[in-house]
Amino acid sequence: MSLNYDQVLEKYEPTLGLEVHVELNTKSKMFCGCATEFGAAPNTQTCPVCLGLPGALPVVNNRAIESTILIGLALNCSIAPFSRFARKNYFYPDMPKNFQTSQYDEPICINGYLDVEIETDEGSKTFRVEIERVHMEEDTGKSLHVGGSTGRIHGADYSLLDYNRAGIPLVEIVTKMVPNTGKYAPAVAKAYVATLRDILKALKVSDVKMEQGSLRCDVNLSLSKSGSGKLGTRSETKNVNSLRSVERAVSGEAVRQGNRLESGEKIVQETRHFLEESGQTRPGRSKEQAEDYRYFPEPDLVPVAPDATWIEKLRKQLPEKPADRRKRLQTAWGVPDKEMAAMINAELLDTVEETVLLGSDPTKARSWWLGEVSRIANDRAVSPTELISVKDVAQIIELITQGELTDKLARQVVEGVIAKEGSPSEVITKRGLKVVSDDSELMKAIEAAIAASPETAEKVRGGNIPAAGALIGAVMKLTGGQADAAKVKELLLKHLGQ
Amino acid sequence: MSIRDSAASMAAALAKKEITSVELTNQHFDQINAVDKDVHAFLYLDKEGALAQAKEVDKKRAAGEKLSPLAGVPLALKDVMVQKDVPTTCGSKILEGWKPPYDSTVVSKLKAAGIVILGKTNMDEFAMGSSTENSAFGPTHNPWDLSRIPGGSGGGSSAALAAFQAPLAIGTDTGGSIRQPAAVTGTVGVKPTYGAVSRYGLVAFSSSLDQAGPCARTVLDAALLHQVIAGFDPKDSTSINQVTPDVVAAAKKLDVKGVKIGVVKQLAGDGYQKGVENKFNEAIAELVKLGAEIIEVSCPNFEYALAAYYLIAPSECSSNLARFDSIRFGLRVGDDGARGAEEVMNLTRQAGFGREVKRRIILGTYALSSGYYDAYYGSAQKVRTLIKQDFDKAFAKCDVLVSPTTPTTAFKIGEKSNDPLAMYLNDIATIPVNMAGIGGMSLPCGLADEDNLPVGFQIMSPAMKDDRMYLVGGALEAALLDKWKKPLLDFAPKLVGSK
Repeated sequence: MSLNYDQVLEKYEPTLGLEVHVELNTKSKMFCGCATEFGAAPNTQTCPVCLGLPGALPVVNNRAIESTILIGLALNCSIAPFSRFARKNYFYPDMPKNFQTSQYDEPICINGYLDVEIETDEGSKTFRVEIERVHMEEDTGKSLHVGGSTGRIHGADYSLLDYNRAGIPLVEIVTKMVPNTGKYAPAVAKAYVATLRDILKALKVSDVKMEQGSLRCDVNLSLSKSGSGKLGTRSETKNVNSLRSVERAVSGEAVRQGNRLESGEKIVQETRHFLEESGQTRPGRSKEQAEDYRYFPEPDLVPVAPDATWIEKLRKQLPEKPADRRKRLQTAWGVPDKEMAAMINAELLDTVEETVLLGSDPTKARSWWLGEVSRIANDRAVSPTELISVKDVAQIIELITQGELTDKLARQVVEGVIAKEGSPSEVITKRGLKVVSDDSELMKAIEAAIAASPETAEKVRGGNIPAAGALIGAVMKLTGGQADAAKVKELLLKHLGQ
Repeated sequence: MSIRDSAASMAAALAKKEITSVELTNQHFDQINAVDKDVHAFLYLDKEGALAQAKEVDKKRAAGEKLSPLAGVPLALKDVMVQKDVPTTCGSKILEGWKPPYDSTVVSKLKAAGIVILGKTNMDEFAMGSSTENSAFGPTHNPWDLSRIPGGSGGGSSAALAAFQAPLAIGTDTGGSIRQPAAVTGTVGVKPTYGAVSRYGLVAFSSSLDQAGPCARTVLDAALLHQVIAGFDPKDSTSINQVTPDVVAAAKKLDVKGVKIGVVKQLAGDGYQKGVENKFNEAIAELVKLGAEIIEVSCPNFEYALAAYYLIAPSECSSNLARFDSIRFGLRVGDDGARGAEEVMNLTRQAGFGREVKRRIILGTYALSSGYYDAYYGSAQKVRTLIKQDFDKAFAKCDVLVSPTTPTTAFKIGEKSNDPLAMYLNDIATIPVNMAGIGGMSLPCGLADEDNLPVGFQIMSPAMKDDRMYLVGGALEAALLDKWKKPLLDFAPKLVGSK
């Protein structure tokens, strides 16, 4: 009889720890001048330094240091006046030097925090996650295991190595132990990663694409018997690569550990892998003994010692906090909570803001991006901004506001722009999409519609206003949709003595 | 014009068009062909590349182009220095056949100066050793006595100079690998201040100690080469961004009146050969005659330098050599399609690394491992700081410090190869300089009475004051030449076939 999540949480108190790896979006690598573009042909972005050839030496990318300090400042950290790189020594085929140059006991940013908001039974609540450190390191290359059935190294016929990723700057953000979350541990973990992602995005230091691996999360979790005050043994679940997975990894691991403890088994301190399909974790390669990385200060690099002037200059570059910005925009635009959340979830807040900044009405901007454009984007499995530019959407909204386009016509313009027929005005010209605003022309259509269904017209004359809908529809049809429906209604009712 | 001349004289003859670089280069290849079967200073000869370089310089000179002072003069390059498309082995089987795809900064500077690179010289594997016996390709022999060692790790470079196979050479010095070979072959070797010469393209043994430097037969030649290879390099983060002191002017000054010279008390006595101490003291007497002021200084922490060195250097090498895993370059053993990467790596290292290299990797791995780090690596770093403080105190009173370069003259090949500790003691006087990152020079100061073999005189100068050792070295060399009437190398027996 196994316990479910709620049953486990009745008996045990979880303690979380989160390690997030972020690939910085610097143009060049951490220790050499090689390009960092994603998706280049294998081994085309390499040099003696990132290939670890004999004699090559690293030089720190200053831009990466700045990005890391910015992250530290945004997470309320202290910036260390003196920090160093160390060598983490271990063998892995896709790690060229067989040591990773990483900060260890002297990281650049320490002791910060991040406040995250979660929904609880008592409503929305702020939870403070304390940050232990933010440090710099380099990424490894990538192995592609060919042959075998699993795509993993075990059972493969051979492996191909791509060193394009080797040496890409990584920042690791490590929380302190996060206690007292109770049953909200999964929600806190998810909210932390989501909030962190928003901040990194606002700082423009990373692409933060979890699906491309530019943001990766390791989840540490332990359980202690409620009220015992004694910390349990933790497991570390690696490479949890979506927000939903973060939540599932925490709850899944809590259930696994809870059931083990209930049946009197011990928790093994180990690395586990998250399984996307089942939401469960499986043990990583077992280690006969604890890995000894033989850290020592990297003798090929000099210490990083940012001075106060530099730090203050960077502090001034900090953008508005994402949470503050959202509140500001929500108030300014008068958006209800639910719609605001939808906009954020669709990752269209920036796009809508840019559209508004080009003069569009916020409500219209929101409804066009989240409505028509998103619908087509979803059908084609692309992002809305890949289909149509902010400028074009703003222009279409402008034409609607001026009465040059009806919503229906505007949809055709959007369709035309997406089909690459040209700019909105070119599409309007090519397709002949103009609002019929000439009263006499509309009246001709209205008379024709009435003549076609005299009984309906009689009903309207008799005071049955809703019956006018059918006539309006007929008029719209006769004008090829190019009439302003409100205007048609007004003229029609007047004509029928209403 | 003779191959026994100094590099400065060769440069002058080239400038006066008395000889072409192609002729000069060919003369050196002739000498190499004649004697290197006995000396074994070279691991690789790049005749084609060297002659192409020489031709280029001659062409430029004929066209009246302005050339750098050493343009057209040949040089021997220690095989730890990466040169594009030229095999670089570091004296190790594990790199056999590897042709680097890039030039080290030192090589770029040599090429830009028109210096002709004859080939790569023999060395102890990965610069670990004091005799060149640890080369995977066989030992180099001391031209003074072919049954003796030429020093190490840069024995190939110093032997090439002493055998007149090249007038200039590049060495690297982690614990004495330039100065000790210079001392036992009667040549000049300089380890500049750490960071004065770029390490980019120098295959690392111990990153915080390694430093490339000039090797030559005269102090002025070393200064001329020093000037070419030194200078800030943005590719080496530990390179010093300061103007190189004018070492050439210092070498030419020949005036040490009032210069305060400190004799290090701890670098004498027990373990030092009588003849070595005598020649050292005679050199001191010459300096006194020249008007220098001699002060005895005490550096009590030098006693721990060797022990600390043998923790720091192996620790760093255990990490630096981890990249030799057979995956991207060099030797690969046992790759039969069935074995995994880790197993192939292990087999390659077993076959590719020599005994001394393995010994140091094991030592360093142990010293860095968790639970031992503080006691070993941590303590050694503290000793390093204490040694620096000893130097700081001494340099507060003196302009330079001096000592014998080595406790003994050249020993017999095989004599110490099974006794690593005895071998390590060769570097007892040179190691403190590397630990403190300062400059050190060795120049010949005579032949020991017991064995008629060269004795080295070491001059140490504060960081980025490398000109001071050239000042004192230049003056001492001139005084000794006056006394001997001919260069010390002219006392060496003539090699069979030598010009």
